Amino acid sequence: MTITPRALTTGLATAVFALSAAASAETLRWANVGDSLTLDPHAQNHGQTHTIAHQIYNTLIYSNAAGAQTAGLATDWYILDDEPDVWEFTLREGVTFHEGQAFTADDVVFSFERALHANSDMRPLINTITEIWAEDDYTVRMRTDGPNPLLANNLTNLFIMSREWAEANDATVVQDFSAGEENYAVRNANGTGPFRLVSREADVRTEMERFDGFWGMDQYPMEVSRIVFTPIQSGSTRAAALLSGEIDFLQDPPVQDVNRLENSGDIVVRNAPQNRSIFFGMDQGRDELRTSDVEGENPFADRRVREAMNLAVDRNAIQRIVMRGQSAPAGMIAPSFVNGYEEELDRVTGTNTARARELMAEAGYADGFSVTMTCTNDRYIEDEGICQAVTGMLGQIGVNVRLNARPNSIHFAELQNGELDFYLLGWGVPTLDSHYVFDFLLETKTDDSGAWNFTGWSNEEFDALSRQLPTETDLERRNALIAEAWRIVQDEIVYLPIHHQVLNWAMRSNIEMDVHPEDQPMIKYLSFN
Amino acid sequence: MLAMLIRRLLQSFVVMLVVAFIAFSLFQFVGDPINNMVGQEASAQDRAELRERLGLNDPIPIQFTRFVGNAIQGNFGMSYRMARPVSDVIAERLPATLELAMISAFFALSIGIGLGVYTALKRSGVLSNFIMTVSLIGVSLPTFLIGILLIYLFAVELRWLPSFGRGQVVRVNDWWTTGLLTPSGRASLILPAITLGLFQLTLIMRLVRAEMLEVLRTDYIKFARARGLAQRSIHFRHALKNTLLPVITITGLQLGTIIAFAIITETVFQWPGVGLLFINAIRFVDIPMMSAYLVLIALVFVVINLIVDVLYFVVDPRLRATKH
Repeated sequence: MTITPRALTTGLATAVFALSAAASAETLRWANVGDSLTLDPHAQNHGQTHTIAHQIYNTLIYSNAAGAQTAGLATDWYILDDEPDVWEFTLREGVTFHEGQAFTADDVVFSFERALHANSDMRPLINTITEIWAEDDYTVRMRTDGPNPLLANNLTNLFIMSREWAEANDATVVQDFSAGEENYAVRNANGTGPFRLVSREADVRTEMERFDGFWGMDQYPMEVSRIVFTPIQSGSTRAAALLSGEIDFLQDPPVQDVNRLENSGDIVVRNAPQNRSIFFGMDQGRDELRTSDVEGENPFADRRVREAMNLAVDRNAIQRIVMRGQSAPAGMIAPSFVNGYEEELDRVTGTNTARARELMAEAGYADGFSVTMTCTNDRYIEDEGICQAVTGMLGQIGVNVRLNARPNSIHFAELQNGELDFYLLGWGVPTLDSHYVFDFLLETKTDDSGAWNFTGWSNEEFDALSRQLPTETDLERRNALIAEAWRIVQDEIVYLPIHHQVLNWAMRSNIEMDVHPEDQPMIKYLSFN
Repeated sequence: MLAMLIRRLLQSFVVMLVVAFIAFSLFQFVGDPINNMVGQEASAQDRAELRERLGLNDPIPIQFTRFVGNAIQGNFGMSYRMARPVSDVIAERLPATLELAMISAFFALSIGIGLGVYTALKRSGVLSNFIMTVSLIGVSLPTFLIGILLIYLFAVELRWLPSFGRGQVVRVNDWWTTGLLTPSGRASLILPAITLGLFQLTLIMRLVRAEMLEVLRTDYIKFARARGLAQRSIHFRHALKNTLLPVITITGLQLGTIIAFAIITETVFQWPGVGLLFINAIRFVDIPMMSAYLVLIALVFVVINLIVDVLYFVVDPRLRATKH
């Protein structure tokens, strides 16, 4: 018998394929561009770090793929009737940590105190908590510095550690960078979550196995018995690894490869709107722009100029050409599942270059003006492409844009210093409430509000509305305030929204898992069909 | 000899100081690590506090002095990105890079010399011309493209070899892991080693060929022929031996290049070596990691140069003669 090379190839391919199919019934090989930065769940407020932590640790409450708050280690949570500044959490009973410690209210108190320490990057999310204590073994109360109806929204990535374990391993405090020693919790983990850590080599491979003592064994599919997570940096290599059957689940297939993956037969790409909106900010507060040829005045300060720019940007073209269909053109900086979202405000009206030119002329810029646009080129999907497209579109109405695209570590440093006239930014709303957008992007910039408002926009009426929100406990009234605040923002055209990103998860076609809008896959939900 | 060594060592130390200082002055153009280290909810005050804690507000010369002071004591600080001591992380990653570099250097040397000799001896043969033409590809194609083409062919289409990673590795001792002892580890080495070594292969091959042609024209080869020595003996004992001197020099320097610039290959193949580590450090503006890596690479080059110099001294009698 002679074996032709072709037959040999097919035979080998089939063998490899059969192997991978049989193995994936149990093991999930999962890849993403970046790795978790640390296993310490309170050290970094960072998406992929939370993603790995969600497999190993639990939170009191988490947000599921539909964006709903779901019971984790807490089975019930509410504000006390007689004390509007106290939250009570009823805890799940009979939960144990991977190393056998029983879970009690004391662990919750410990974890929150740990996350409130100055070294913890999670502190800003919960720094309204002034006091936390255990009422009994399965009840925890937290007092905030005033009524805080949205506290629960901030706890969806706040993981619970064992006090006993942390004390035994000298990990009661989050890593301090100036200390010379490595904290035990950076590379070791002991949670109550569905999977326990087997081994971890940062940037290389993290292995987890199913924890059979997990409290939710009956509540979730729990069909994966072993997870092998591998970061793969290069986009084409990631796609190749999925095509060649070396991985089963690719969290971030490159936009340009989505079609190819879908057409390969064995792979399905599921998508969902992502909790991240992309937009441009314009510095409208200064007397004069730094990078413009207009002297003595700031063109962005004129609402007509902002409206003209808004009319000139063709969001549908960006979606079609730059994003290859993988985005949802946007009129407001909040995706559909955020409280306060209105379809009408988010609708994209289409371009009107003629009207835009008229507006420019009315504002006194018939001959246009120049400005530098600053963009990232490694942060958002196709960020540089979006900026190139917008540069061309604005050119049509006489706004002569010089594009400056560079890595995000430079972009954000200058943005934080308030040095940019016209910039690209993306924003997610982890609390799923409009106040988060107002607080960071729109309120007047002071020491404790408007932290990301680099537009110089300041509106007293808006600030007054927004500042009522944190303590307003009447939900109906609160929503009315939100709607009113959004009207002001939309009317003033503070930002130029472009689109909401769309998340694509590519996986073997036998895998069932809904795409999570926060890009937080929870493997406990994964099932095979 | 000893005086030369001491002089050389002192020079090396100065070179490394200069490298470290240049690196340090460049870091301020790489960006700001703070934004990567905190979540978007962090306030301006939180950011300012962290910057102060990390000592980033100090002038560059002070930061540099502090770095050198600690580095001399063997302390390279904590990685901002990984929250672990930089020296531990680099030590963990170094074996992967060194292994890849050695294998691809071996691949480049053995095949490069072989093909070089062949194309020199069969100057006008069809196969020689073919090899010379194909070798132009190796010189001109960028590394990442070669890597992606190899992945496409051997991993996606044929499914013979893995597209990423290092496969199963075996821990030899506390500071060394190797992929050479497992089938998946060996399979994982093939594509990255070819990608990394292809350029050096063509370089060596062309160098050997040119040197060989030169030597074959010299008088002593003619005399050897006249003496009736066997062709094999002439080609390999007399000709090849004399072409190898420049090859050794170039290879030594290229080895440094392979180690230092495996970055692209490591990124394409997700090879967990120091190059990949460095790329991530740059993206994150992980200053302690970048500093340590650059000092390490400077050390590699300095050591290789030192060895080459010493070898010259030992090998070439003329150098020693002029010293007296």
